[in-house]
Amino acid sequence: MYLANLFGRFSGGNVFPTSLVTAAAAIGVVILIIAILLLITLTRRWTWLWREWLTTTNHKKIGVMYLIVAILMLLRGASDAAMMRLQQATSVGSSHGFMSASMFQQVASAHGTIMIFFAAMGLMFGLINLVLPLQIGARDVAFPFMNATSFWLFAAGALLINVSLGLGDFSAAGWLAYPPLSELKYSPTTGVDYWIWSLQIAGIGSLMSGINFITTILKERARGMSLMKMPLFSWSVLGAMVLVAFAFPILTVTLALLALDRTLGTHFFTAGGGGNAMMYVNLIWAWGHPEVYILVLPAFGIFSEVVSTFSSKSLFGYKSMVWAIMAIVVLSYGVWLHHFFTMGAGANVNAVFGIATMLIAIPTGVKIFNWLFTMYRGRIRFTSPMIWFMGFIFLFTMGGVAGVLMAVPAIDFQLHNSLFLVAHFHTMIVSGVLFGYFAGITYWFPKVFGFRLNDKLGKYAAYLWIIGFVVAFGPLYILGLMGATRRLDHYSAATGWHLLFVTAGIGGAIIACGIAVQFVQVIYSIIKRDETKDITGDPWNGRTLEWSTASPPPFYNFAVLPVVRSRDAFWDMKHRKDLPESEIVALHLPKNTPAGLFIAVFAFIFGFSMIWHLWVLAPIGLIGIILTVLIRTTSGEHEEIVSVKTINQIEASMTSWKDYARE
Amino acid sequence: MRVSELNSAVDSYKINQASLKAEADSKTYFGFWVYLMTDCVLFASLFATFAVLHANTFNGPSAHSLFSLPYALAETLILLTSSFTCGLAILAAQNKAKRLVLFWLLITFLLGLAFLVLEFREFANFVNQGDSWRRSGFLSSYFTLVATHGLHITIGLLWIGTMMFQVLKKGLNRITVRQLTLMSLFWHFLDLIWIFIFSVVYLISGGLNI
Repeated sequence: MYLANLFGRFSGGNVFPTSLVTAAAAIGVVILIIAILLLITLTRRWTWLWREWLTTTNHKKIGVMYLIVAILMLLRGASDAAMMRLQQATSVGSSHGFMSASMFQQVASAHGTIMIFFAAMGLMFGLINLVLPLQIGARDVAFPFMNATSFWLFAAGALLINVSLGLGDFSAAGWLAYPPLSELKYSPTTGVDYWIWSLQIAGIGSLMSGINFITTILKERARGMSLMKMPLFSWSVLGAMVLVAFAFPILTVTLALLALDRTLGTHFFTAGGGGNAMMYVNLIWAWGHPEVYILVLPAFGIFSEVVSTFSSKSLFGYKSMVWAIMAIVVLSYGVWLHHFFTMGAGANVNAVFGIATMLIAIPTGVKIFNWLFTMYRGRIRFTSPMIWFMGFIFLFTMGGVAGVLMAVPAIDFQLHNSLFLVAHFHTMIVSGVLFGYFAGITYWFPKVFGFRLNDKLGKYAAYLWIIGFVVAFGPLYILGLMGATRRLDHYSAATGWHLLFVTAGIGGAIIACGIAVQFVQVIYSIIKRDETKDITGDPWNGRTLEWSTASPPPFYNFAVLPVVRSRDAFWDMKHRKDLPESEIVALHLPKNTPAGLFIAVFAFIFGFSMIWHLWVLAPIGLIGIILTVLIRTTSGEHEEIVSVKTINQIEASMTSWKDYARE
Repeated sequence: MRVSELNSAVDSYKINQASLKAEADSKTYFGFWVYLMTDCVLFASLFATFAVLHANTFNGPSAHSLFSLPYALAETLILLTSSFTCGLAILAAQNKAKRLVLFWLLITFLLGLAFLVLEFREFANFVNQGDSWRRSGFLSSYFTLVATHGLHITIGLLWIGTMMFQVLKKGLNRITVRQLTLMSLFWHFLDLIWIFIFSVVYLISGGLNI
């Protein structure tokens, strides 16, 4: 009994993976981590790592760390996808593929969870961190320490979900873990608990980011930048962050209630005891539907910047774009029921939600046409961000039409839970979200690192992704119409689906080639970085404020905060003769602190203990978090002064557009 | 001439610093308000859960047979009074009356503690009767909603405690007054949530037999 209290579920056996694939993956991850730690030790980088990265509160470095974690998670999610494609291409008739049914469900659940929460969210927060303060002419976010804490909580959640590879198992209940399947009775192992606690920890980090960026945008804009002069990316981030602030608390509650059901024996979603499983589905989608707009709105913002810059024109229909974003923000809260028309809420309820869903197509259509009109008569440069954009506009419109189709409840009854739905939302998320963030990374890469990525390789990667996507997901639309359901680990040969699944597998392989080319692109660009160096800070002839400072920007972003006179603030600055010269003054900037990292470490300990029922360790994690917060909030000065002399020295060592404009 | 120029430069520097600090304060207040709104959504989700499950008694006790209205009223009055004394503490802080601030914070703390003890006693009674959160969907949602508020109160008490310690040690400077103001916002917010709990949980579903 005492041992059971101390070691929790570890005393019950079944700790280590039994499947060969999982064991290999777990060992691979462990070897990778040891190799990285060794490399840091051998090159004596610990002090540097601690001082420059682990304790930083600078938004640009936090952004880079977000991107690194997100890209690692993207690879993990992509390997899960590859395994599923391989299984479905081979597991037909008498052959049962290389995965057991239970393992296939775990892989499917992990793929969805990791891609949404850790890949897409990470890329989004990474890009927002990198760009948003620069774009609104601010020196940092409103609460830099909280920003660092958000990132570390995100990283702790990402680590926790990967621990499930080696210790225990992962949830096999789908990416949203519907009860009663996800209840203790039907999922008695650690799987669903890993799902709950990694999302809970990362989710609280996201919620804090939401609060942080709302305050940053509303309180930290440069002088003269009224809301209607704000660049569209910043607008889209404002929309997304308002959604975060109002949607993520619902996720926090939903996960907490499921955790209570599983650990304290409450009856929120249980099949018996007066629970209501459909309440879970309502709650999770009241968060989940806004979540897809949280992911896609910033991507819309990126495309707006990209199209405008590479068409050398102001964005067409700026005001209608802003209204479209805000309309989407409001409407996204009124459509959650379309994820479960089959629940049986009745014809009238379904009709209301079906019509509300179709309404969203209107603001989205406005945006599509505005982008196209921005290109019309522009001087277009077809760089790789534009190729991503072209792929997006084609695929996203098609996927959107499929979405409007499914918004009709009667049709949805046929297509619910089918591969048609899977194909639809992958079209929206891959082309909308992922292509958007890829375009954003390529577009802002020189700003962050001081050199451009190789454009030719970028285009090859984009083409491979677009073609691969069509080949991989085209068959899924057809299979869905033929009746293939989602999460299918095996099917009968008599269905005649085999060829289509094989085609989808080939598409997956083409996408994998695209990913490989992206890695080659990054490595090649790093080697040849002297050829694509960005000395002007403005490699694309940009229009917004982030291009007005050096690449990479100094840690204080702007020696003198810019003053904004028009929507394309930097464009206006470049084409004016009478630039006001302001004096440089000393700055107050936040100090580094390890407190955010410590909070995340304790949160990890707490989450891990809750998963494994380590009732002795869990309070230690919780008390650790409370103490760190108390020490941080009651300790003295968190800011340091940067002198005019230091700023002048740094400014003299850098070049920006001004040095070239004078010549 | 020179001296007056210097003086005006010093003045403008002071004004500049003051406005920078005011800006930093307004940023913190705004951010905290946004946080309170997210907490509001969190409670709204729990209220929705209670609304859905309040009739799912699963042959266990109903709200009507379980709750004692006078008891809940006593809790309510104690918490409302603590909100009032918390306001008095802020008033004293604006008048720079350090000892008065400490006094009212202590009273607020004690009232909050009394509320928490009453709530805990109520919970303990229910559990001892065999009506714990495991009994039914209704009781699960009741315990979770009210205990989440109680958890917030506990955090509030911890905060009041550290504020008393800080005011005692550092006095009433810009930072401590700012933190006091945030704390009082938090405390009043919890009071507001409790009024909803009193109305929805105890009055509507406990008082009326629905």
